[in-house]
Amino acid sequence: MDKLKELLAEHVREDFPQFKSGDRVRLSVKVVEGDKERIQAFEGDVISIRGAGAGKTFTVRKISSGVGVERIFAYNSPRLQKIEVLREGKVRRAKLYYLRELSGKAARIKDKNQR
Amino acid sequence: MPGLLGKKLGMTSIFTEDGENIPVTVVEVGPCEVFAIRSKENDGYQAVQLGFGKKKEKQVNKAQLEYCKKNNLEPVYTLREFRNFEEVLNVGDKLTVDSVFAEGDKVKVTGKSIGKGFQGVVKRHGFSGVGGQTHGQHNRERAPGSIGQSSYPSRVLKGMKMAGRHGGTIHSIKNLRVVKIISEKNLIMLKGAVPGKVNSIIEINK
Repeated sequence: MDKLKELLAEHVREDFPQFKSGDRVRLSVKVVEGDKERIQAFEGDVISIRGAGAGKTFTVRKISSGVGVERIFAYNSPRLQKIEVLREGKVRRAKLYYLRELSGKAARIKDKNQR
Repeated sequence: MPGLLGKKLGMTSIFTEDGENIPVTVVEVGPCEVFAIRSKENDGYQAVQLGFGKKKEKQVNKAQLEYCKKNNLEPVYTLREFRNFEEVLNVGDKLTVDSVFAEGDKVKVTGKSIGKGFQGVVKRHGFSGVGGQTHGQHNRERAPGSIGQSSYPSRVLKGMKMAGRHGGTIHSIKNLRVVKIISEKNLIMLKGAVPGKVNSIIEINK
């Protein structure tokens, strides 16, 4: 198992900034349509980070025209071009699934750096 | 089919350059030393006996130890015979991953599957059980159903699929693709799952 972990350490990306659950991020995702490629942005709150190392994934939730949209991204995928942390959130737990039940004003996450 | 022996290290997934995520099993393969040669004249068939793994000298029986000393070999954990090696091999030759396999090859993997113990017919033979979950039914959900008829044959036919020991048998999986070979670490990545637990010995045939 140690040999496997050692091997997988090479596949872990180190070019992304650190982020936590509750942070708002903007992702640049490469989208392949037929033989064309383009960059698509996805902006939302990180509601869960799962795993570590090569298999790490995270879930980003946003409200798009009144409908909640969640996307799970593989942290080490080469299709992820860029991660920008827009603001840090003030949250008390690691998995913010309770946001799914809330809407409107209640579904906001407070800014950690704002009084 | 030339092949080698290896040890299963575990499963993971890797990304290709265009972002495809492939499930892979990582196997430590070789280097395998040629232990003995079976020839048509002496044994009636052609094969090479390969050794894999390490064993302490005190754990090896005298017969093997003396054989090792005579042929200048290290005592090994396991021995297995492989047929149809194309090149001519001699006792003491070391075979590495990249000398036998190449990326993109299709291989057949043989190993001992994980033992599941005494299991019912639903898990063991893929039966669908009897009846549903509603309308007052309860304890028939995983039952095998009828195992024979009344007046004829009036007994249970031999070979009827029933509950029993499941797993822990030798199984092969054909046509697994070699995704990647890391020759300096003697590792090979195969697409998909491979029989057996982590650290179990498996046989990879080309």
